[in-house]
Amino acid sequence: MSSAKATGTPLVALTDAEKHFGAVRALDGVSLSIFPGECIGLVGHNGAGKSTLVNLVNGGLTPSAGEVNFPATGAPRALEAGVRSVFQELSLCPNLTVAENLRISHADLTGFGWRTRARAEILKSLDTVFPDHGIDPNITVDRLTIAERQMVEIAIGFAPRGTQARLVILDEPTSSLDAAIAEQLLAHIRQFCAGGGAVLFISHMMGEIFDVASTIVVMKDGKIVASRPTAEFTRASLVEAMGHVAGPEAEKAATSRPAFGADILNSKTGLTASEGEVVGLAGLAGHGQAEALAQLYFEHTSSWRAGKGSNMVFVAGDRGRDGILPLWSILRNATVSILPQIARRGIVDRAAETRIAAEWKARIGIRTADVTNNILSLSGGNQQKVLFARALASKAPVVVMDDPMRGVDVGTKQDVYAMIRSEAAKGRTFLWYSTETDEVCQCDRVFVFRDEAISAELTGADITEDRILEASFEMQGVDA
Amino acid sequence: MTRLFARHRILLPILSLAVLLAATFYMQPRAMSYFGVNLLFNLAVPIALATVAQMMIIMVNDIDLSLGAFVSLVACVTATFLHDTPVLGVLILAGLIAAYAGLGVLIHRFELPAIVVTLGMSFVWGGLALSILPSPGGTAPPWIRSLMTVKPPLVPMAVVAAVLIAAVTHFLIIRTGIGTVLRGVGGNAASVARAGWPVLRLKALAYALAGLFGVLAGMALVGLTTSADANIALRYTLLSIAGVILGGGEFIGGKVSPVGAVIGALTLALAASFLSFLRLSPDWQIGAQGAILILVLTARLIFTRRDEQEG
Repeated sequence: MSSAKATGTPLVALTDAEKHFGAVRALDGVSLSIFPGECIGLVGHNGAGKSTLVNLVNGGLTPSAGEVNFPATGAPRALEAGVRSVFQELSLCPNLTVAENLRISHADLTGFGWRTRARAEILKSLDTVFPDHGIDPNITVDRLTIAERQMVEIAIGFAPRGTQARLVILDEPTSSLDAAIAEQLLAHIRQFCAGGGAVLFISHMMGEIFDVASTIVVMKDGKIVASRPTAEFTRASLVEAMGHVAGPEAEKAATSRPAFGADILNSKTGLTASEGEVVGLAGLAGHGQAEALAQLYFEHTSSWRAGKGSNMVFVAGDRGRDGILPLWSILRNATVSILPQIARRGIVDRAAETRIAAEWKARIGIRTADVTNNILSLSGGNQQKVLFARALASKAPVVVMDDPMRGVDVGTKQDVYAMIRSEAAKGRTFLWYSTETDEVCQCDRVFVFRDEAISAELTGADITEDRILEASFEMQGVDA
Repeated sequence: MTRLFARHRILLPILSLAVLLAATFYMQPRAMSYFGVNLLFNLAVPIALATVAQMMIIMVNDIDLSLGAFVSLVACVTATFLHDTPVLGVLILAGLIAAYAGLGVLIHRFELPAIVVTLGMSFVWGGLALSILPSPGGTAPPWIRSLMTVKPPLVPMAVVAAVLIAAVTHFLIIRTGIGTVLRGVGGNAASVARAGWPVLRLKALAYALAGLFGVLAGMALVGLTTSADANIALRYTLLSIAGVILGGGEFIGGKVSPVGAVIGALTLALAASFLSFLRLSPDWQIGAQGAILILVLTARLIFTRRDEQEG
């Protein structure tokens, strides 16, 4: 833990900053100073105002009231003050190479031979943050995996880019990274702060916050409700400050394995599942879990005979890519999976559609005034709830979930865990790929993937973090 | 092999052009001469310029359905105003480029679909062209005429021009910083905006570049045909789109290749000649041209799919 005491002039100072969107007070009088050497862990639910705060600091938004200053540099704008942002949603240009993407955020990189300099700069930054990354700066970004893209984005954030990175804002940077790479990032953050840089770190993974932050700032309803050195927080007190009680599921004891119904799934890859079972797919990110799920899903569904016959539904994790229909309302997004069931002679039954959407809005707690609003008016967590509603509203006995909790706040997660449990009790089967170990530990049966194959099958009391990690890494030390 | 073609998208357009060229020479060995090559390709020069213009628009995720009408209008202006009153002619052409930049601003500012705006503009351009030249006529300015019929030593004009267009646009779009940022707008406009770039101005620039190359296409066309007509280049709209795609470009995502676009335009022009050499009735030629296009695109799709599967 780097705890260089906060001294000197702050890099950025917010004084009573407010931001209103119409009647909504997204940020309601926030004062915060970030000093060199500090690593601030920013926590709170989705909708607590974290994103708005970040956007005020990085200049994406201007405050409705109050001030944002950069006293240490005296620069008028965030960009000149050395404030960098790495966003949760991947924001590289996929058609450009890694080096060219650096050029987008480094406008001074001009003149003859800028490509050579861009390559050198990004490679140096990648080497510093992620030793042994193996990423070629000449490769176009769309040929990289999600994790590699995130690594490039982080490296661009820490790259000097003509001046020097003074404050780097990391919004859920580890959500698509596996544990080993995430550890490299945390190590780099410590080093960066020790060298006089500052980091604003947003994460839903409490372990990382405790691991790396020197100060934890808790936000709730557009206000800062607590801001204390990390040492003064415990996990329980932090969760309490955020306004949520740790769910009992989180510490699920190794109970005896309940009886399940008949096997209803037996895939070529070796995945098996019984009726009413929650099956987890674990392992390091990018070891074939998502592919196994997609393959399973496509084997069991048909492009020709959709609708009434399909026995499997899919909950997407990459919402933007294969989840939401961005032009449609919340209602239409939720009911698209059940249209054939509620159609009468091919005509959609609007009354039934509205009724079902209202029912699911209440059951799963979608936070919106009106379900006819556009889906994009919802926060990420609530968009994910709509996707769950879409899947659960259908009658399909098997629900396939591809890392659905990516970038979802703790409150939403608890709601969804409860929903999954109750649906499983009714006899539904869930196949759940997750990058978060505590989620996998809630499953009834876990398949650990390594190198595109199942390396272990765990049940009941065997499902522990240690066992999963062991199965994820087992051979890696041996053949090295 | 699959991987090679998928990674280097430019290989397939080159191969298609080479195969078609070899077939043409096989059918008609006399075409294999300085004069023959020039005849095969000289009409490809304006098509190549129009294709580059279309590429600028496709690069920023839009599409231009007015390009053919625009090139026709430029041809009419070139054969009349630019010939009779050069200063006024230059002013009009500059105004047309500015109008294109304005279109880009309009489309981006009000989030209008480019396909609708440009479809509408095609009637505006067409109407203007008709009012300038109600019946075919006009005269090419002599300097353009002599530029388009110049006979450089060793290699014919058409080939020199194609190489020059490809080299200049490759440098502009792929090598320079501003070209990279422009492609970035097509790839992920939000992240370009977040990095502090004025996306509105970038879009206006992309459209202005399209206008500039559209103007060059019209002028080159008049240089070859010596006179103009309000409908002279209407088929350029679809030819230019096909050329961009044939050359390895994608409709969305900022994936474009200037060299590929020029090669695509050459391939399309050559396909027409090749089909005439086959003594195919003109009625069938458009269909056969379409078949060639589908063939090449299928090959590309197969290569990319296989590569993705192999990972």
